[in-house]
Amino acid sequence: MIMSQPAAHTEHFDATASKIGMWLFIFTELLLFGGLFIVYSVIRFSHQTAFHLAAEELDVVLGATNTGLLLLSSMTIAMSVSAIQFGHKRFTLILISTTILIGLIFLVNKYFEWSLKIEHGLYPGSATLQGLGNGDTLFFGLYFFMTGLHALHIIAGVSILGWVLARVASGKIHGTHFVHLENGALYWHLVDVIWIFLFPLFYLIS
Amino acid sequence: MSHPEKNHIVPYSTYVIILLTLLTLTALSILVTSYELGPLAVSAALLFATVKTTLVLLFFMHLKFDQRIYAIMVSVVLLVFILVIVITFLDYSFR
Repeated sequence: MIMSQPAAHTEHFDATASKIGMWLFIFTELLLFGGLFIVYSVIRFSHQTAFHLAAEELDVVLGATNTGLLLLSSMTIAMSVSAIQFGHKRFTLILISTTILIGLIFLVNKYFEWSLKIEHGLYPGSATLQGLGNGDTLFFGLYFFMTGLHALHIIAGVSILGWVLARVASGKIHGTHFVHLENGALYWHLVDVIWIFLFPLFYLIS
Repeated sequence: MSHPEKNHIVPYSTYVIILLTLLTLTALSILVTSYELGPLAVSAALLFATVKTTLVLLFFMHLKFDQRIYAIMVSVVLLVFILVIVITFLDYSFR
């Protein structure tokens, strides 16, 4: 049985609290990846030569391209937060769509990169890796786990931004009520920050 | 009770400048680590990554323009994380 409803529904909304909630969530994500970075450092410390050689298997050009793409998408989504406040709805929609598109291109690159590694027999549990020894096995185990977890975050980010895009289009997110866009953007920047560390640790230090 | 959000609106040009800086730093980090620096390469790569992350946090994630509370929260969490790393490495160096 439905109890009496308040006569006038007043929306209680606190943008600061909403954003603090988003930051707290981001902290849990930072500690998740932070823990993995510590695992990486410790294993690297005990298998220096193997990590050095294994990292040379990775394609720096592809890694750098993906870094550039993510940085660009971080800028477009940051701009969209300004655009909505300027009242440029159309431009906001274009910027969010661009960010989503770049996220998808990142995943396509990742697909080709992983396929090539798997073709060369470099995947967890493969005979090739077992022949190469513990260091290489650990390196590629971490490589697939960390970039894979990051790719899942890209998929989550793209989905969140898709939802935000629909809400901007329908006018639910607008120039004076845009915290969901801000929070979606914060999540996307988190994904970018994680990649900023993944790229040098796996591709550059060889 | 819906308060309109009041924010410092960051001009588009700021974001373009930050992106160009980030891309330059990425290029520099690739260039620097392509030399045979040995153990220094790790430090150099991490230094570049830290500078880039700081730029993203301050400008893209608005810590520079938002209320101070967010920046304080982020600083505390980063401090805790750095402490964990330092303790781990002390453990590994002196065991």
